[in-house]
Amino acid sequence: MTIGETCLALIFALAVLLCIYAASQAHDAAFAFHAYVSAAASAVAVLAIFNRYFERPAALAPQEIDGRPNYNFGPIKFSSVMAMFWGIAGFLVGLIIALQLAFPVLNFDLPWIQFGRMRPLHTSAVIFAFGGNVLLATSFYVVQKTSRVRLAGDLAPWFVVLGYNFFILIAGTGYLLGVTQGKEYAEPEWYADLWLTIVWVTYLLVFLVTLIKRKQPHIYEANWFYLAMILTIAVLHLGNNPALPVSFFGSKSYVAWGGVQDAMFQWWYGHNAVGFFLTAGFLAIMYYFVPKRAERPIYSYRLSIVHFWALIFLYIWAGPHHLHYTALPDWAQTLGMTFSIMLWMPSWGGMINGLMTLSGAWDKLRTDPVLRMLVVSVAFYGMSTFEGPMMSIKVVNSLSHYTDWTIGHVHSGALGWVGFVSFGALYCLFPWLWNRRLYSLKLVNWHFWTATIGIVLYISAMWVSGILQGLMWRAYTSLGFLEYSFIETVEAMHPFYVIRAAGGALFLIGALIMAYNLWMTVRVGEASESETPRVALSPAE
Amino acid sequence: MSVWTRHQIFEKNSIILLIGILLVVAIGGLVEITPLFYLKSTIEKVDGIRPYTPLELAGRNIYVREGCYLCHSQMIRPLRDEVERYGHYSLAAESMYDHPFQWGSKRTGPDLARVGAKYSDEWHVTHLRNPRSIVPQSVMPGYPFLASNEVDASQIGDHLRTQQIIGVPYTDDQVQNAAADLKAQVDPDSPGADAFLKRYPKAVARNFDGKPGNPTEMDALIAYLQMLGTLVDFTLYNEKANLR
Repeated sequence: MTIGETCLALIFALAVLLCIYAASQAHDAAFAFHAYVSAAASAVAVLAIFNRYFERPAALAPQEIDGRPNYNFGPIKFSSVMAMFWGIAGFLVGLIIALQLAFPVLNFDLPWIQFGRMRPLHTSAVIFAFGGNVLLATSFYVVQKTSRVRLAGDLAPWFVVLGYNFFILIAGTGYLLGVTQGKEYAEPEWYADLWLTIVWVTYLLVFLVTLIKRKQPHIYEANWFYLAMILTIAVLHLGNNPALPVSFFGSKSYVAWGGVQDAMFQWWYGHNAVGFFLTAGFLAIMYYFVPKRAERPIYSYRLSIVHFWALIFLYIWAGPHHLHYTALPDWAQTLGMTFSIMLWMPSWGGMINGLMTLSGAWDKLRTDPVLRMLVVSVAFYGMSTFEGPMMSIKVVNSLSHYTDWTIGHVHSGALGWVGFVSFGALYCLFPWLWNRRLYSLKLVNWHFWTATIGIVLYISAMWVSGILQGLMWRAYTSLGFLEYSFIETVEAMHPFYVIRAAGGALFLIGALIMAYNLWMTVRVGEASESETPRVALSPAE
Repeated sequence: MSVWTRHQIFEKNSIILLIGILLVVAIGGLVEITPLFYLKSTIEKVDGIRPYTPLELAGRNIYVREGCYLCHSQMIRPLRDEVERYGHYSLAAESMYDHPFQWGSKRTGPDLARVGAKYSDEWHVTHLRNPRSIVPQSVMPGYPFLASNEVDASQIGDHLRTQQIIGVPYTDDQVQNAAADLKAQVDPDSPGADAFLKRYPKAVARNFDGKPGNPTEMDALIAYLQMLGTLVDFTLYNEKANLR
């Protein structure tokens, strides 16, 4: 066995014992459950390491075969499949909670499935589970291809993808059992946070060492964005989550920050989870998959340099726009607003670079629905990054904040940009990884239109309901009294909540079509002859 | 050498690129967060603000556990309609002992920063069991299970101790008597109630869920809701005192 295999097996064996001990000492049932699950997972990890050792040839996989890099696709395949799985799970939970808001009886008066516990499950499942797996899969693919070397580490890439998905499992089951830190998008409790830290640092190392041993003189620009994403998420995670557990054998902890400081840390984290996880990471996907699919070079290399540094510098400042008119000092709010408005420019720099990459290849939009999905995602990116700066203006925010407008804004970014660019990337990745032709372009077309109609229903319903409710809250009668009671404004939301759920259902149906298409691609797809497989394009109509 | 050629140092050295990224992303956070730990307006002391009683803290933990913050804010903005609808705008001091803060970001339901003492305990019990029995158009989930779950008093001392370590000014006396205080707050006639009120002046001891016996999660949550926003006497508050 290699040193790595021996050490990791020993560590996991020790972890089995530690987890069983922790379970026996547990103060609460949820912690005991998580300790037992961790013990089981560690035991499986030990078995898997031994199993792999006995199955594999004596020598480790070579770095190169016949002078060509021997790429490591195993962990990428796993992450791609998990992305599809978590995507559908996350969209489904989203649909359920949308229906709960329209028809509250669907909470069934049960603790585990009521809205307050399901909502973090939805956000974590789509952002961290779906989005995270897409990022893992694409970053490991792109960094290998653009560096022309095999991924660094032998067990490490597997540790990253499996460990990350185990984190999702612990976090998600925790929410349903009532284990939460109570900080939006940072709900996992202290032990899940610690585990994520270990996994994420390993991810950084795998990515960085692969870059260091690259065979290309330049670091490809998609990798700048991936690196910025991995590094900054590590910083944000550590900054926002320092907490002291009440007991090392219990799930509850208290975060070190309190009150206004906690609020600022939270939205410094929260906004940059959007800025780096959901923007920088997915811009990296755009910078590899759009040029690749369009078979055109990136429009402007200089623009990408300028917008890269401007984007990562400005994003960090934008957090306070989530705290307008609160007890956060005015100067911080104004800084947040100013930088949010400035952020419009580098964001559109990215959009322009993505869209203009199609120069000379616009005709492909008619024939290639995968490329169409990628391009529409960039258009949605442009729209949400205009809407965001506008909503960060204090007077606009005084109307939009606390309403569904925010939810609509988030979803035009999440469904339109992150969702579509991920779908496009996965439609490229599955055929490339399994060396198959995509099963059906017609089904991609169906997916595209179902999902697009779903998004339009969703965001327009939320715009109307958000602005309507914001205006109702501040409406006065001619005698100077507040015109509406709060519950009247809730009642007015009902039709829009139904439309929103319908939009979500369409988006989910689209994802199911996609899962079927990808499943058939892997199962029965024709083997592709070329080394870099390409789909045959359907003729223009 | 043009700037584009100079930029190649980042494109060709992964470690220099890494350091560059770290420096660039560090600036914004440092400028915006660091001052909040010493500026007068963010660490102001206001008369009346005290740490939560053990029962209120247990209630707050239920509030966090059930994700109430996802639909209810606790932050009243200084806008005419909000001040008229909910009361005086929220002060930084009012959440200074909140770990984590629960200002929220969405009002599917109304703001709760000053919900304390607005409704009766009975209203809260009925409303939490079945919101639509009081407000027919409400979309809030029902929480009938709170009434049957007893609060676990055995760990509450450790909770206060943990909060003490991270900077909430609980006295050692309060930490040691946390379990007794938790029970005494729902039993105003018990011998422990006087000692409890001595440790937490102006706190309210009464049976919140209307049922005798050990405190339930319903007791705890209502105790928390009924004190929200009631600590500061705004007839005495001087809003000029902490101006920068």
